[in-house]
Amino acid sequence: MLYKRYLSMLLKSQLQYKASFVMTTIGQFLVSFTTFLSMYFMFMRFNAVDGYTFAEVLLCFSVVLMAFSFTECFVRGFDVFPRLIRTGELDRILVRPRSVVFQVLTSTMEFSRFGRFFQAVLVLGYAIPASGVVWTWDRLLTLLTMFIGGTAVFSGLFILYAGFSFFTIDGLEFMNIFTDGSREFGKYPLSIYGEGVLKLLTYVIPIAVFQYYPFLYLIGRTDNRWMMVLPLVGFLFLIPCYAFFRLGLSKYQSTGS
Amino acid sequence: MIELKNISKTFKVVKRDAGLKAAVKTFFKREYTEVHALQDVSFTIGDGEMVGYIGPNGAGKSSTIKIMSGVLTPDSGECIINGRTPWRNRTAHVQEIGVVFGQRSQLWWDVPVIDSFELIRDIYRVADADYQKNLRALTELLDIGEIVKTPARQLSLGQRMRCEIAASLLHNPKILFLDEPTIGLDAVSKIAVRDFVKTINRENGTTVILTTHDMQDIEALTERILLIGKGKILLDGSLEELKSRKSTHRTLTVDYSGSALPALERMEIVKDLDGHAQIRLNTDDISVAQAISRISAQVDVKDISVEGESIDDLVVSLYKEFAI
Repeated sequence: MLYKRYLSMLLKSQLQYKASFVMTTIGQFLVSFTTFLSMYFMFMRFNAVDGYTFAEVLLCFSVVLMAFSFTECFVRGFDVFPRLIRTGELDRILVRPRSVVFQVLTSTMEFSRFGRFFQAVLVLGYAIPASGVVWTWDRLLTLLTMFIGGTAVFSGLFILYAGFSFFTIDGLEFMNIFTDGSREFGKYPLSIYGEGVLKLLTYVIPIAVFQYYPFLYLIGRTDNRWMMVLPLVGFLFLIPCYAFFRLGLSKYQSTGS
Repeated sequence: MIELKNISKTFKVVKRDAGLKAAVKTFFKREYTEVHALQDVSFTIGDGEMVGYIGPNGAGKSSTIKIMSGVLTPDSGECIINGRTPWRNRTAHVQEIGVVFGQRSQLWWDVPVIDSFELIRDIYRVADADYQKNLRALTELLDIGEIVKTPARQLSLGQRMRCEIAASLLHNPKILFLDEPTIGLDAVSKIAVRDFVKTINRENGTTVILTTHDMQDIEALTERILLIGKGKILLDGSLEELKSRKSTHRTLTVDYSGSALPALERMEIVKDLDGHAQIRLNTDDISVAQAISRISAQVDVKDISVEGESIDDLVVSLYKEFAI
């Protein structure tokens, strides 16, 4: 399969620089570890935030981090899309007989993000028993859909970001509020930010559909079993994002020779 | 068969003065200038033709190539290549073309070239038997058998360019676009690339469209020339036609001893320094033989050589003629 070929090619390329690869992976691990520590010290003082215990919040944190780092690894092409435009790599993509999305996805992958992913898995491994949740198959399945839905929403944000880069290169930084910002927001159950933010993060950038609502089901604050599949609604978010990307592509100007 | 009819393309470019203040200003309010990259461009290229597409920087060469290869969508006009419109039918169209952007690589930087080739085979869905056949022919013709196992980043520019060209022909395209294929290459590599392009054009009947600034490329390769300037096609004809436009100019290079040359009638002394002179003349005014005998009457000639106008001069004078 072509995707597998690309995968092995990119892995081979990155392993050409073994030291760099190992250092980046460790670095990625450490960066998110400091985030984890800061949460730890805060909970040492306050015990609970908005009625959620540390271990419960860690469930949230780890699922969001898992989804984000997974997306960063495999949807990296959209994350670095301005570079593809600048270097003319997009021109190359356009003269090959495969779909643009497929080729952008396979243009680059960032395997060092597994440092973060691994950390998220560790934290999840700690939080699952410590959170006091009674683990049923339903709840484990919810955990899985949260991860999948999260990947979809974050992918959507990256694609949106790529779409913007067709129109402006200067103003792109503000998009980080949505991409990196979502990851940071997502550390805590979204209700702690208040009603307004929760609405925004439900209806505009649907982070809450894979984080807050199913999380309530996990910790037993709601019995609504629909919460199990709610995260998959995140896939609907891909539609407007992709449409916007196509619009940008149709306006593509390319760079000079 | 390539047919372009009244293709126009305008780019919007952000206008911005130098300096931080201007940079901040453009962040809030943008002003655009419109650049007419292509205006009403029309031409037809038949199967198996080899065409040189020339023009100064920014004339619209790359834009035309990008439109023909489906990267850009023009604002107006029609472009039909082998029965398809490139930007409407992108995937089917690009399956039949090969593109070499001379300044950019399509090889994966950190892996051996052969790995890139195999990936390209899968991207274009080339049957394995065809791939083996093409690969064998290409490695032999381009003499890259030794270097395909080397990572692309370790190749010299000339080696890399040969691999680039091979990479764009693995799927046996009907049309090959070469955008400045000899840029930055040394003489040996240039000749190797030219010979190869000639061979595939002759033996496989591949249509070749070549943009270049190197007039020797044009002289060595193409029968037909399209000259573009400021987004308009200025000239469409054979190299001979181009040459015959201005073939009466000659340049004499003279080495002599003795005092400096005096002014000579019906000749123009371009340069005269330390017994080394360059003289231009027009054969309509004075024959070369007459000119030489007059010069020898004035000074003691050690050596003399006669050159017709080079293609470079021709093109420069054409640029002047069309004021581009």
